[in-house]
Amino acid sequence: MGNALKWVSFLFFSLILIWGLTTIHPFGEPLQSDMDDYFIQNAQKECAANNVVTSIVFDYRGFDTLGEATVLFTAVIGVAATFRGVVRK
Amino acid sequence: MSMSKIVKTITALTFWAIIVFGLYVVIHGHLTPGGGFQGGAVIASSTALFLVAFSKEDFLRKYKDSFFSVAESGGLILFISIAFLGIGATFFYNFIANSGGVFGNPVPLGINDGDLNTAGTLPPMNMAVGLEVFGGISMILFFMFLGAYLKPFNKEESEVHKR
Repeated sequence: MGNALKWVSFLFFSLILIWGLTTIHPFGEPLQSDMDDYFIQNAQKECAANNVVTSIVFDYRGFDTLGEATVLFTAVIGVAATFRGVVRK
Repeated sequence: MSMSKIVKTITALTFWAIIVFGLYVVIHGHLTPGGGFQGGAVIASSTALFLVAFSKEDFLRKYKDSFFSVAESGGLILFISIAFLGIGATFFYNFIANSGGVFGNPVPLGINDGDLNTAGTLPPMNMAVGLEVFGGISMILFFMFLGAYLKPFNKEESEVHKR
């Protein structure tokens, strides 16, 4: 019984994935490209930087970078709390 | 506990080259691929090389133990401060861009030669994040290296670990 259930669920999810793959849009063509076009056309003018990736990471989505820095800070705190104080001299 | 003389010599030769390359990646973050995170990780790899090749005592002789935590916290505070300076318009507003001062040159549209003196708040933010990532990863490496010297607490366990 368990074996049959396994095969049925396998076929079910395979069919769902294949159906999803048939309706996928072509690679490299996003459905809505308004945001990309805005970044590509205005990043040099607004941020005065040649590197569009840097202007997105530090200007348009700077809050995201702040979150990443906070994640790293939390990781350091965790490692320090794990290893500190256990060492004996 | 340090490695052989060959490893130590090569480490002493390449140590500052690694740091200079990491500083290049950080400072040119708004012109070339890379930026604060990548350059900070490159500089932190010099710490890993130093820790592996030399001993813990040499490391503590070269660096004060509070150096990395000051670098990390200072980088994060600098980053948030630069973000707050543009609060007149929005949080993370690029208020230096196209103003003409330091890092304030405008960029000609389209393909052009890179100018280091552009991009407003992006280079200071790159440097702040580079400092933060360097301090954080170095501190993780150092604490994990200290973890290799962990001694167990009770006596029976230390008898087991002695063999």
